[in-house]
Amino acid sequence: MEQVTSSFVLSILLIFASAAFTDNILLARFLGMCSVIGVSNRVNTSLGLGAAVIFVTVVTTAMNFAVYHYLLVPLGLEYLRLITFIVMIAAVTQLIEMIIERLSEGLYYSLGIFLPLITVNCAILGLSLFMLNKPYGFIQTLAFGAGGGFGWFLAIVLISGIREKIDEKRLPPGLAGPGITLIIIGIMALAFVGFSGMIKI
Amino acid sequence: MAGIQWVNILISVGFLVAMGLALTLLLVIAEKKILNYGDCEIDINGGKKKLTVRGGSSLLSTLSDNSIFIPSACGGRGTCSYCKVAVSAGGGILGPIERPSLTDDEIARGVRLSCQVKVRSDVAISIPDEIFSVRRFRATVVHKKPLTHDILELRLRLVEPPVIDFTAGQYIQLESREYRGREAVNRAYSMSSIPSDTGHVELIIRRVPEGICTTWIFDILQEGEEVSLSGPYGEFRLTDIPAPAIFIAGGSGMAPIWAMLRKMRESKDPRPAWYFFGALTQRDLFFVEELRKLEGELGNFTFIPALSNEPPDTPWEGERGLITDVVRRRVPDLANREAYLCGSPGMIDACVRTLVELGVAREHIYFDKFA
Repeated sequence: MEQVTSSFVLSILLIFASAAFTDNILLARFLGMCSVIGVSNRVNTSLGLGAAVIFVTVVTTAMNFAVYHYLLVPLGLEYLRLITFIVMIAAVTQLIEMIIERLSEGLYYSLGIFLPLITVNCAILGLSLFMLNKPYGFIQTLAFGAGGGFGWFLAIVLISGIREKIDEKRLPPGLAGPGITLIIIGIMALAFVGFSGMIKI
Repeated sequence: MAGIQWVNILISVGFLVAMGLALTLLLVIAEKKILNYGDCEIDINGGKKKLTVRGGSSLLSTLSDNSIFIPSACGGRGTCSYCKVAVSAGGGILGPIERPSLTDDEIARGVRLSCQVKVRSDVAISIPDEIFSVRRFRATVVHKKPLTHDILELRLRLVEPPVIDFTAGQYIQLESREYRGREAVNRAYSMSSIPSDTGHVELIIRRVPEGICTTWIFDILQEGEEVSLSGPYGEFRLTDIPAPAIFIAGGSGMAPIWAMLRKMRESKDPRPAWYFFGALTQRDLFFVEELRKLEGELGNFTFIPALSNEPPDTPWEGERGLITDVVRRRVPDLANREAYLCGSPGMIDACVRTLVELGVAREHIYFDKFA
């Protein structure tokens, strides 16, 4: 019994780590790029956006897991998963934005104002779709969502840290802004290739 | 086989419709329930006026719904920074959108952008008393008179309310209508009419290439058409002391000065005055004859047009060169001089620097900067 529990905990940790590092949604799958290019110029905003993404990935993967397995599969409508997930994500982020605005103004300004950006973030949709390719249960799906969100958080915070440093340097005008950001992301993606194959799930 | 396909289509369409409806309903209910702040009280200027309003909207729109018009030009997006209001209680946390528009001093005084402050609870604010006299007017276009190739005079007859009470130098906000896919906007224009002409408002407007409001005025708006405006706003006005006055303005910046000069003629104001009119070439000058006439009527008034871009071979006998150089050459060396400037931020900053170098006290320089 103990054996079973500890191996379950280990599998949760492995799923989290693989989603965060080896299968990093931003640097290995290149999803959620637009908000990274747009918002990654300050570490502070990146922290807020990243935290909001973690929160939303956990909530939406859980919601979409339930919708898929308890609505779409019984009705035989698996092929509608893409459009269903998009609509679910949009509605849930709006709902969360309202709740946060009502609950805490401080939290709203540090997290809530990023939620409209996230509504159309493909990393969120990507995680919801990828989870279907894995034979996960509900708890494992939560770990997968949290890991994916954390990987995105990690990537945008690292990128914005580098961009803050680079802002003080002189760049060729053509490279400033999105250009250098894409180059940074490319180099970071190469670094993350080092993680690949480390964890086999 | 065909039957099964039909069932499939019906199930999928039904599912999507049901899901869409359910989520929409959920959001509508949530907005009603979660974002309902109930009735809130707005206390203005320490109890001078109290409003009971429904919470949930921005302070700016809540106030304008109650006929208190805070100036605003960007439509509540937090970019024009006109709508500053000192909020002493209930304003909530300073948001990241407002931060760049406010100085440290303003933040210390509790100044906020009223378009970004949401009325969530009872709020206490203080606003200048003049704001109370701001009204929203309906008016009709009397004429659109071209003054130069890119400047026109817009004369409006007030319909409802039929009169406006303002001081020479103040401005109004004109509301453009939607056209060709461009949104409706509010833009500030100084009044060039004399305050005693209470039934009319005159504006001097320069065409801004691609400008939303000026394109509407120049190309769409017709004589006889109805427009909406609000005002008067602003603290740009002549001081009460008869100190020698130096006016500097070019182009449509002449509007408040034109009102001030004609007001001086009307009230037989004895203060000595100089008006430096900066323009590019002769074709950019206007009201020259009227201003020359004013030199005779005002007694102690000198009109100095200065052209910065006039080709050297034309028969222009007036001043040439940058307005700051002309000011440096021609400004009178008198005690207690006051200066009134209207124009672009670049022109104002340069002129203020020059005037301070020439010994004009900074606190005696008044200006109206174009945003």
